[in-house]
Amino acid sequence: MRRLLLPLLGIVALLGIWELYVKASGVSALVLPSPLDVLRALYNDRGTLWHNFKPTAAETCLGILLAAAFAAVASVALHFSTVVREALYPLLIASQTVPVVFLAPLLVVWLNFGLLPKVIVVALVCFFPIVVMTLSALETVDPELIKLMRTFDAGRWQTFIRVELPSALPGLFAGAKVAVVFSVIGAVFGEQTGSNSGLGYLLNVTDANLESSEAFASVFVLAAFAILLFAMLTLAERRTLPWVHRLKSSQA
Amino acid sequence: MIEIEAVSRTFGPGRRGGEPVPALRDMSLRVAAGETVAVVGASGCGKTTLLELICGLQEPDAGRVQSAPAALMPQSDLLLPWLTAIDNAALALRVRGTGREAARAQVGPWFERFGLAGFEQARPYELSGGMRQRVSFLRTLLAGKPVLALDEPFAALDAITRAEMQGWLARILAQEQRTVVLVTHDVEEAVLLGDRVLVMSPRPGRVIADLAITGARPRERTDAAIVELRARALEALAVSA
Repeated sequence: MRRLLLPLLGIVALLGIWELYVKASGVSALVLPSPLDVLRALYNDRGTLWHNFKPTAAETCLGILLAAAFAAVASVALHFSTVVREALYPLLIASQTVPVVFLAPLLVVWLNFGLLPKVIVVALVCFFPIVVMTLSALETVDPELIKLMRTFDAGRWQTFIRVELPSALPGLFAGAKVAVVFSVIGAVFGEQTGSNSGLGYLLNVTDANLESSEAFASVFVLAAFAILLFAMLTLAERRTLPWVHRLKSSQA
Repeated sequence: MIEIEAVSRTFGPGRRGGEPVPALRDMSLRVAAGETVAVVGASGCGKTTLLELICGLQEPDAGRVQSAPAALMPQSDLLLPWLTAIDNAALALRVRGTGREAARAQVGPWFERFGLAGFEQARPYELSGGMRQRVSFLRTLLAGKPVLALDEPFAALDAITRAEMQGWLARILAQEQRTVVLVTHDVEEAVLLGDRVLVMSPRPGRVIADLAITGARPRERTDAAIVELRARALEALAVSA
């Protein structure tokens, strides 16, 4: 109850201050719409918002899944082979410095409009945190455990399947949780460069028409979606890796 | 069963330079089949290095190490949190290719013997410290190696649980025909459990006293012979320090 109440209280307080500020300062709704204006826009535009939310949600989810799949394979490869790690890790880091604003239009040129370029943008943004977290979970497996496995005559593969892989799963989840927050930004960037649907596209349109309340409503939907994804990941982690939560609480 | 002759092992110097650290120098040791040898010494005297040499996890820089296959029991229990107690104990069997159900059936009776009955499905974090060590010991025992290398198995336990576990391990080892090398910094533990107690010098480690422990089992901490041996081992440690 408390876990739900406190965040809600935080949001209500922020919105309250915002509303008061807008009322007191008399700032134009074009510059900063009040929360009530945004709420009104959310209700009035619900059809448009829902229509444009669907492609954004699809791009985001597919992008995260794609990133997670690639990141899992990549971190295992980096973990198993020093050659691969030394050859690719700098490239991996460098790839993260390529600005999405530069990449997104390029991908649209290469791959046309449609879902694929956006999914790739999302995947690119999400890939790195998942790799880093998964790899670090793989590297922090207790070396004593590896030694124990060796005295049990376990080969590299047995040790990986029975010890390293389960140890890496919490890292995969942690990385994915960081990634979901970036993922929606990636999707919006992708849509803003070239598309005729999605919340990023809607933001372009509403911004051009000076419909500030409507633009804020899109942002609100995006934020809510990111929070929902984060919560779903947390829930999935609890379900599939119950020991992670238990270990944390027993150490506290 | 185990023959170690004039073994030396030095670590480093690391990449950043510094002095190389000699862990063992000119260390010799023979352990007969079925014997339990307790090795005591100050921390950093190369006890763990000795166990890893026996387990084949390290190679000596000089000298000769020959040992029958050995299974390691690490200092902290290191049970896998995603497995139940019974599946943790069955780890070595599973590695060897035994099916999940067959392995569980094999482990089941041991849980009974080890006072773990009813906790088969418990997760490691639901077990007490003593129980976790028993599961950890069982896991190493079931690896089926003639030699057990125990690395300070009870160091992490509180004093009362540790005393209980020492008595328990003494009973189990009396029933099991295994060769055991037990590394500990607890002299009392060494004289209670060992057929022989080896006292090691501080780094670089070598054997400075080899005390045979006779007398009937089960031993009590208060037995005159045990008290005297404990004093002799402590004296050897003090001289070396």
